[in-house]
Amino acid sequence: MSGWEQLSQYIMSGLTTGSIYALAALGFCLIYNATHIVNFAQGDFISLGGLMMYTLLGAAGLPALVALPLAVAVVAGLGVVLEAAAVGRARSREITVLIFITVAASLLFRGVFKEVWGKQALAVPPLSPDVPLKLLGATFTPQNLWILGITLAAIVVLIYFFNHTLTGRAMRAVAINPKAAALMGIDTRRMVRLSFALAGALGALAGAIITPITTASYNVGVLMGLKGFAAAVLGGYGNFLGAIVGGLSLGLLESLGAGALSSTYKDVIAFVVLLLVLFVRPRGLLGGGEETRV
Amino acid sequence: MLSVERVDFSYGPVRALREVSLSVGAGEIVALLGANGAGKTTLLSVISGLNQPRRGAVRLEGKTLNGQKPSALVRAGLVQVPEGRQVFGPLSVEENLQLGAYCRRGRQQRQEVARDFERVYDLFPPLAKRRRQAAGTLSGGEQQMVAMGRALMAAPRVLLLDEPSLGLAPLVTREILDIVRRLPGQGCSVLLVEQNAMGALSVAQRGYVLTNGSIRFSGTATEILNDRLLREAFLGPEHQADPRDGQP
Repeated sequence: MSGWEQLSQYIMSGLTTGSIYALAALGFCLIYNATHIVNFAQGDFISLGGLMMYTLLGAAGLPALVALPLAVAVVAGLGVVLEAAAVGRARSREITVLIFITVAASLLFRGVFKEVWGKQALAVPPLSPDVPLKLLGATFTPQNLWILGITLAAIVVLIYFFNHTLTGRAMRAVAINPKAAALMGIDTRRMVRLSFALAGALGALAGAIITPITTASYNVGVLMGLKGFAAAVLGGYGNFLGAIVGGLSLGLLESLGAGALSSTYKDVIAFVVLLLVLFVRPRGLLGGGEETRV
Repeated sequence: MLSVERVDFSYGPVRALREVSLSVGAGEIVALLGANGAGKTTLLSVISGLNQPRRGAVRLEGKTLNGQKPSALVRAGLVQVPEGRQVFGPLSVEENLQLGAYCRRGRQQRQEVARDFERVYDLFPPLAKRRRQAAGTLSGGEQQMVAMGRALMAAPRVLLLDEPSLGLAPLVTREILDIVRRLPGQGCSVLLVEQNAMGALSVAQRGYVLTNGSIRFSGTATEILNDRLLREAFLGPEHQADPRDGQP
């Protein structure tokens, strides 16, 4: 394999995992903009997305076109439950208290997933049959293309939603100034709940498309979620475009770094990047303060 | 139209409002005056449902409003323009206005909303030229126009205006107040809360003076302006009679 072929191989796999980090980072941003909390259950949304695909696509044999929306809907519902039953119900509005509620929810979700699906790795069938494809020397599967395509589609839908629909604009208004939004008659609580649903949907999507490559398990999303968090910090926490740029850069850094050094250090790279950003440029690549959020 | 009846409100043990009553009639502009900390903004937050009164009632055309969600008040026709404008800075002028009409999403209302866009742009010509610009990049006066236009997009019957002249140059304040004067003609009564008493009384028909959480005086604009004691005690030293008066 020539150097160029190796490079394009690393870039392809970097973009694939980067897409997943970007989807996870977008989920973190959505909830942060609506509530100013970090949702540590974001990784479990990813796990559940994969587990649902294992059950619906693999065990129940539903077609992908039915299984995928169903998995997304179930996890979006879990997001709403997290807000309605725990975060929104807390007597304290203290940010740290609310964050710890998401930590507790994450542990609870993981326990339930372990009870239902067991501890073993579960094979999830790909969205279309595996045939090796070759492009610019890189070898990949149709699933890689699905991941890139679905991520791109999700981003396009989100951009349209936030810029061209009244509900999307109302969500931005709540993120910018909740009090003024309430004075316009916007139900701020409903918008917060909607952002939990969207974060759940994005997590489910990430889990559903990556687990055919990684296999699904009760905690498969935890590390991906943490890296999505690192990606969100890298891009500028709460910044929508930053989450995408941060996710893709982190995926590429990981893949190229693992290629240049050793794949042993793959997981370390994300957290070294996280620490470097926090030391050197805490507002991230694109974070410029309130004005650029959402 | 709007009546506030013997409203009490406390922040914990601190009594902020004491048996406050006032009314705004159809087609009226009513000024609510008082020094900083007199309870003006607290009273507005009780009227617009952000805070619930401990006792007393807020009614719009006889219907009790307190206890209802802010969205219900907006639908009933009571809309507040908050102090400090509070525009959605990163959103465009047009998006800000559109969010003002958030509660009017029905199919049959679409035409009315479209008409109101034009009405707001007529009322505030500078905004028409800046539809696509981010509201946060406008001048203070223009942001006040966005905040007022946004509230008018909800088609209010009573507009609560909190300190519209705050931080504005006198000429811009004049411009804003001239627009306020035109609102009753468009079917919208105004409760104008101001520290700038002279400005507010120049457009209002009646006024209330709030001190330490209770109404100390109410009357027509001329009565308040002519009351020497009020001028000295409540409207601040800058409104006192010229010291050279009465000297030889």
